[in-house]
Amino acid sequence: MLMISPRMASGTQEKQYTPSLLSFFIYNPKFGPREGEEEKKILFYHPIEVEKNEKIRNVGLCEAIVQFTRTFCPTKPAKSLHTQKNRQFFHEPEENFWMVMVVRNPMIEKPSKDGKPPTVEYQEEEILDSVYGAVLQQCYSMYKLFNGTFGRSFEAGGVELLIQKLEKFFYRYLQTLHLQSCDLLDVFGGISFFPLDKMTYLKIQSFVNRVEESLSLVKYTAFLYNDQLIWSGLEQDDMRILYKYLTTSLFPRHTEPELAGRDSPLRPEVAGNLLHYGRFLTGPANLKDPEAKFRFPRIFVNTEDSYEELHLIVYKAMSAAVCFMINASVELTREFCEQLDALVGPQLTLLASDICEQYNINRRISGPEKEPQFKFIYFNHMNLAEKSTIHMRKTASVSLTSVHPDLMKILGDINSDFARVDEDEEIIVKAMTDYWVVGKKSDQRELYVILNQKNANLIEVNEEVKRLCATQFNNIFFLD
Amino acid sequence: MDQEYYLELSENPVQFENASSVNNVFFDEANKQVFAVRSGGATGVVVKGPEDKSPIAFRMDDKGEVKCIKFSLGNKILAVQRTPKSVDFTNFIPDFPHLEFSHECKTKNANVLGFCWTNWNEIVFVTDQGIEYYQVLPDKRSLKMLKSQSINVNWYIYCPETAVLLLSTTVQGNVLQPFAFKNGTMSKMPKFEIELPMVPKPAKISLSERDIAVSTIYGQLYVMYLKHQSRSTNSSGAEVVLYHLPREGAFKKTHILKLNTTGKFALNVVDNLVVVHHQSSQTSIIFDIKLREPDCAVNVHQPVLPARSIHPYKIPLTGPTAASVPCELYSSSWSVFQPDIIISASEGYLWYLQVKLQPTVNLLQDKGKLMDFLLRRRDCKMVILSVCSQMLDGGEKGNLPVIATVFDKLNQVYKEYLEAEQAYTVALESGPSRFSSSYKRPVRTQAVIDQSDMYTHVLSAFTENKDVSHKFIIAVVMEYIRSLNQFQITVQHYLYELVIKTLVQHNLFYMLHQFLQYHVLSDSKPLACLLLSLESTYPPAHQLSLDMLKRLSTANDEIVEVLLSKQQVLGALRFVRSVGGHDNVSARKFLDAARQTEDTMLFYTIFRFFEQRNLRLRGNPAFNPGEHCEEHNSYFKEVFGEQTLMKSAAV
Repeated sequence: MLMISPRMASGTQEKQYTPSLLSFFIYNPKFGPREGEEEKKILFYHPIEVEKNEKIRNVGLCEAIVQFTRTFCPTKPAKSLHTQKNRQFFHEPEENFWMVMVVRNPMIEKPSKDGKPPTVEYQEEEILDSVYGAVLQQCYSMYKLFNGTFGRSFEAGGVELLIQKLEKFFYRYLQTLHLQSCDLLDVFGGISFFPLDKMTYLKIQSFVNRVEESLSLVKYTAFLYNDQLIWSGLEQDDMRILYKYLTTSLFPRHTEPELAGRDSPLRPEVAGNLLHYGRFLTGPANLKDPEAKFRFPRIFVNTEDSYEELHLIVYKAMSAAVCFMINASVELTREFCEQLDALVGPQLTLLASDICEQYNINRRISGPEKEPQFKFIYFNHMNLAEKSTIHMRKTASVSLTSVHPDLMKILGDINSDFARVDEDEEIIVKAMTDYWVVGKKSDQRELYVILNQKNANLIEVNEEVKRLCATQFNNIFFLD
Repeated sequence: MDQEYYLELSENPVQFENASSVNNVFFDEANKQVFAVRSGGATGVVVKGPEDKSPIAFRMDDKGEVKCIKFSLGNKILAVQRTPKSVDFTNFIPDFPHLEFSHECKTKNANVLGFCWTNWNEIVFVTDQGIEYYQVLPDKRSLKMLKSQSINVNWYIYCPETAVLLLSTTVQGNVLQPFAFKNGTMSKMPKFEIELPMVPKPAKISLSERDIAVSTIYGQLYVMYLKHQSRSTNSSGAEVVLYHLPREGAFKKTHILKLNTTGKFALNVVDNLVVVHHQSSQTSIIFDIKLREPDCAVNVHQPVLPARSIHPYKIPLTGPTAASVPCELYSSSWSVFQPDIIISASEGYLWYLQVKLQPTVNLLQDKGKLMDFLLRRRDCKMVILSVCSQMLDGGEKGNLPVIATVFDKLNQVYKEYLEAEQAYTVALESGPSRFSSSYKRPVRTQAVIDQSDMYTHVLSAFTENKDVSHKFIIAVVMEYIRSLNQFQITVQHYLYELVIKTLVQHNLFYMLHQFLQYHVLSDSKPLACLLLSLESTYPPAHQLSLDMLKRLSTANDEIVEVLLSKQQVLGALRFVRSVGGHDNVSARKFLDAARQTEDTMLFYTIFRFFEQRNLRLRGNPAFNPGEHCEEHNSYFKEVFGEQTLMKSAAV
């Protein structure tokens, strides 16, 4: 199953093909160490139609490459394999469990004259290891969030259970991988934080604390507004992947009922005179429905130490969304959901309109001159804070960027350079036409700016970036 | 049960010779003095006041039965009424003739109902036909009429605090005419009518002075009317009706206190609370007119607390045994005076009634209401703080909203005080001539509970409490910080420290990080230093600290130190240059740090930078002896050779 989306190059008859997923498999060499038992190693293989022997061959090749490169550096075996047609990424998230993703290189198909078959030119250097390596790691993190570790599943139900879980998860998940639109942001896997004044933030704190106190079942809470994070009771790494799930999968699936028409079935019901806009994004769509099921997705957090399995309740009112996480051993009932709805709904509705109001006030005060005219990506490794004026709103299907893919590639290249050394660095690149790309690294922060100024020279570009730092990042320590 | 008595009699009562056939006892509300007059004064008069340790004792001739006896303010002149027509005066001013002189009321056929001193030498005679306002001239031993007013008077009540005299007029006696006295002037205030429960036919006096009391509550003058009503379907028994008498403008019926019973009552005002004693049940109830009940034109109040008796009181027996006998409370021989005086003439005691706040804590379940109540009391601080502690340690579920309400109430009062204080400072600074007289320094009442009180008495102990979950501790401290912020009060550093300490103790660094990210813990140098100290356990604290120092914009030196300590010599230098301080920094400090890195190229760069600076500033790349860079200079020569040293530009 090839997923190829041709992109028309302007003016010519060339057809351009973006990178796409060729295959994806997971294996454990310990499960079939003897000859003739190789098939047992394979825990998951996509595409499923591939002939058994080919599967075995591919897995064996990967095993061999990893084993071979290990001799050079036992702690850091190969991460990827570049070939003309594709690139393979290797990831060992748990001991002896290997995940492999094979991506076909982008290519250009040139129609040839005289009725000969078209020639294909592979662009081997167009895709970045860092980006797709990160995508592979994300696959694991997402799997782990909903299924726990491979090891635990194996312990609990043997290979059968593990295979079953992997198939169930990845069958759907791989369809949502949009490899053509992966970029630097996938490397960062950052979190966008909602800018908020202190007082409103404290109100949210107060709200979270009150809810956790009166609904003592709630173990962790996370609060988001406008798809941006405000508060996380979860640890950073767990929040990172949960945030990814919420913003790229769950939220886009739910349109705003507030925006729905008066007669739309999505419009919230007026219960008594307690009007609130709260509703469950996970679990029951309608509490009044006698058939409603009170089942929520389960997630696994703190897998390194306490290994907790939790119910994930996502509740939303207007633009404010709250995740309540409850120990999975507790069975959630209709009564509990009603209690939560009655408690949280009105408060959250009020809070959401407070935040909206405060946000608008702040925006008015800061004025339009603070609105960035720059295209930039900022990332802080310390708190995973990410900000991009390059990317449009992420949707479930694609992330839209407003700049040319070539520029995005330069950003990725600079990032790879930064990753190689610890020191603070600054890289300025003159790209095609009038574009300049500037990358700055200060302590744990990275900033990438794309400038488009006619006939600008290096000094002017440098000044321009200084100006950006002074207006956008004046409240952090950012060496210039 | 013992903890529930919220009213008590003062521990040190004024003791006097009890009333008997030979000893008459009088009480003067103005000076709060008890007069024990033996045999019409012939065998002695003993005057005991609240403060004076030594009673005033004197003799006077027995010229007939004493009806009324009072000192003028400051015990200057004694006035005694013995007949219905006249009042006798005696000077108590040293160097003035001590001889008694007498004055007869001006109005013909009038009977003097009584008199009241409004000043040390001004007196009002109240007769059944009006009032006469006099100045007493002690040296001339005569009185000078200041003003008079003729009006039919049934009875009168005088409020010494405000110098307002209330006259009962008309046949039913329910039209009250107030007069105010001040510095020799008398002003007639608008009269008003007390609504009687039923109008008798034929008309007869229906309002007794026993059912009227005058007192100031929260700085305002009120006439309290004890309205007796039998309990029936449409009435819940007697009530106290409060009429507000403003200094200017018309009186207004403002509050109704529901007594929910009938019988004999007496009123006191203690700490701005109206205390109603009920004789038959031997209990008292209290009302706070500022405790808001559902809005309506006239505020109807229920008792703040359930009815309780006054705390049992024991009268010590005189003699060698330290025994004591219980005092009969609510005795029919008790007389109650405003605002807070209870006298037992038969036993010879004068007590002040007092409100104990601690017992109210358990009687008033609604914590918000309790705080409203406590914050208006005089000695409330420690009780409020103990309520807070108790509330936090209780660990009841659903407590946070209550805690939030309590914090908000405390901080409301705190903020008002801070604002008053600030306004006062501003007024002082804007020029003493204009405001100094009109602006008084705001009084800090006990109700002002500041952050240090809260920290010392409540939060520090609470956060040490091992039985409380850290989640709850953080929630409470954050709630307090939220409340302070809501009232725009600057949060003190030690509260932040408390939050950080708790978070660090439980390894909740990510929470801490988020708080700092949203600037919930305000920037300060101490906080930045605290963060720096956390770096070893939580590396991101380094970045947080540097960011904070940067935002402070007064901590550039600290930033340089931090960077140098991390051997980021070049970064430090670039920072100094970006803030324009590179002409003044110590070269030696940077060279020392560069040497420590053992990176010779780095050392070269730094050395070169300073040579260039020297050249720019002084025209010579060499270091001054005062800069103590000789050692580095020779090291440079040793590594890079003498010829590498920059040459002086002078050619």
